[in-house]
Amino acid sequence: MSHSATTAVSPASETTALSAAVSVNGLVKRYGELEAVCGIDFEVPRGEIFGFLGPNGAGKSTTINMLCTLVRPSGGSALVAGHDVVTERDDVRRNIGLVFQETTLDGYLSAEQNLQLHAELYGVPRELVRDRMRQVMEMVGLWERRESLANTFSGGMKRRLEIARGLFHSPRVLFLDEPTVGLDPQTRSSIWSYIRELKAREDITIFLTTHYMDEAEWCDRIAIMDQGRIIVLDSPEALKASVGKDRVQMQTDDDQAAIAALRERFAIEAAIVEGAVTFGVAEGEHFVPRLFAELGVPIRTVSVARPSLDDVFMSYTGTTIRDAESTSTDRMRTAAKMMGG
Amino acid sequence: MASETGAVAGATADPAAPRARAPHEIAHVRVPTRSAGSELRAIRVVWKRELIRFSRDRLRILTSLMQPFLFLFVLGTGLSRLAAGGTHGVNLRTFVFPGVLCIAVMFTAMFSAASLVWDREFGFLREMMVAPVRRGSLVLGKCLGGATVASFQGVIVLCLAGLVGVPYNAMLIVEVLALQLLVAFSITAFGVMFAARVTQMQSFMALMQMAIMPMYFLSGALFPVSHLPRWLEILNRLDPLTYAVDPIRRVVFAHLHISAAAQRALDPGVTWWGWRLPVLVEAAVVTLLGLAMLALAIAQFARAE
Repeated sequence: MSHSATTAVSPASETTALSAAVSVNGLVKRYGELEAVCGIDFEVPRGEIFGFLGPNGAGKSTTINMLCTLVRPSGGSALVAGHDVVTERDDVRRNIGLVFQETTLDGYLSAEQNLQLHAELYGVPRELVRDRMRQVMEMVGLWERRESLANTFSGGMKRRLEIARGLFHSPRVLFLDEPTVGLDPQTRSSIWSYIRELKAREDITIFLTTHYMDEAEWCDRIAIMDQGRIIVLDSPEALKASVGKDRVQMQTDDDQAAIAALRERFAIEAAIVEGAVTFGVAEGEHFVPRLFAELGVPIRTVSVARPSLDDVFMSYTGTTIRDAESTSTDRMRTAAKMMGG
Repeated sequence: MASETGAVAGATADPAAPRARAPHEIAHVRVPTRSAGSELRAIRVVWKRELIRFSRDRLRILTSLMQPFLFLFVLGTGLSRLAAGGTHGVNLRTFVFPGVLCIAVMFTAMFSAASLVWDREFGFLREMMVAPVRRGSLVLGKCLGGATVASFQGVIVLCLAGLVGVPYNAMLIVEVLALQLLVAFSITAFGVMFAARVTQMQSFMALMQMAIMPMYFLSGALFPVSHLPRWLEILNRLDPLTYAVDPIRRVVFAHLHISAAAQRALDPGVTWWGWRLPVLVEAAVVTLLGLAMLALAIAQFARAE
């Protein structure tokens, strides 16, 4: 917690806070006994695609909700587009666009009516509404379908419509909470192409959360979050380089014996991940011949992979994102029980 | 900080330029700071949404006519022979007509309020809650929308007037409409106040049944409110709906050609310790209660994160 002290508010950081799209200092959110976000600090410069990566229940959505003024922080402070999320709520709201995990469209209104409603709520100047409508709808490829009821749209189309709506009032920061969750791979990649196109076209900062490793690779920088803390924050390339090891997975006749043999003969700690003996080693392809020669346990299959963000996550948290997800769900459940009685 | 906002906005939105540009060239829209005008736009659009949704839902318009029909033509006709002795020759259907107008308005208003629970469940409420407008504007827009829609439903029932011996008179229609609007607004505000807290449709519906049915039966919509047993009279006078049904009945009865005895028996008016309340006082009671509900509803939503 000591790192989250208020040292950041010095004259020097005043200027960085102004140029930063998002600036967070010692942000905390407690729900009863459970500390969902445990004092995090980070800054997102203007124009960046910034990603929060972590398992469900890591505190990503809580953080986003605090930044969007939907949830009041228990401690610390945050500036979004230069405005305080607690004391200048309206200013923050005018400058951000939001796309939530769950759809927030009115299914009984047409696509166009949904956007019109948004324009009215945000006070978009009337003379701009028509042109802007066409612009954002063409961008997400829904202009032809503008008169259809939102209910008749597929999951991917709804998400695209929500992105168009989130952009309508030209926010300076666009928050996307799990923008591609529940979508098929093809739709996911088309959503990403909109996000990248967006960054190229508008002066906008994109802040997103995801628990898909492959998506995190598209971000300029990512923060890995686990159990309410930011474990590490860097560009995907730097993070992968920091692991420095290739990932070797093998199937053997006797996994336990193989793990023991790896420890004894190569001083390598291996674990069973997704049904295969898994370990990290430098220059994996040179290691494999030695493995066959010296392991002493029959090997059925072996694969070597360059480090992915999965390995980054594993090396910083000691667990895979999937395993972390099950434990954090347990953690939430336990907390819910404690709070419930 | 203000200067920074100004600099960015200035770079992106020149108020005169966008009109001249081709559509695809608008890079930015600038959202103005909050003003009375932007609040009004928010109220208007939330109101309009209620209207659009209601007009799309033809089934709802039809189903909510069911109850008034049952009361008016089934109950009204069925009981008329039993009641013949007490109505001084006035058809029972004519007598219950004002009460049935109320029930039509009431149920539609309730359903409008209930849609807020759906809005929460389907996520749309979030879109409204994060907008840079006052929560009060959203609640007010919702209540006005509910009131408009419910009054429209009331107008449909009002069209049946001729079938139950109530004349189509312009004054009568205007006065009834005004009163209906008032009742509809108050009932919507009442429902919205609950909808702020209740997150499940089933619970909301159960709660509404619990609140609405006793209110309706106690209000005197189906019986004259004089010469009641003491306990019923007290409950009747405590029921807010009494002050909505009575003025509507008075307006309707003022346009009927019936005997003075019938008038006295069927339209005795609400009395407080022997004092007969004027229509304006009754309307004021409904208005004040409605505003109190609205204030509570706004407070509930302002508090919700």
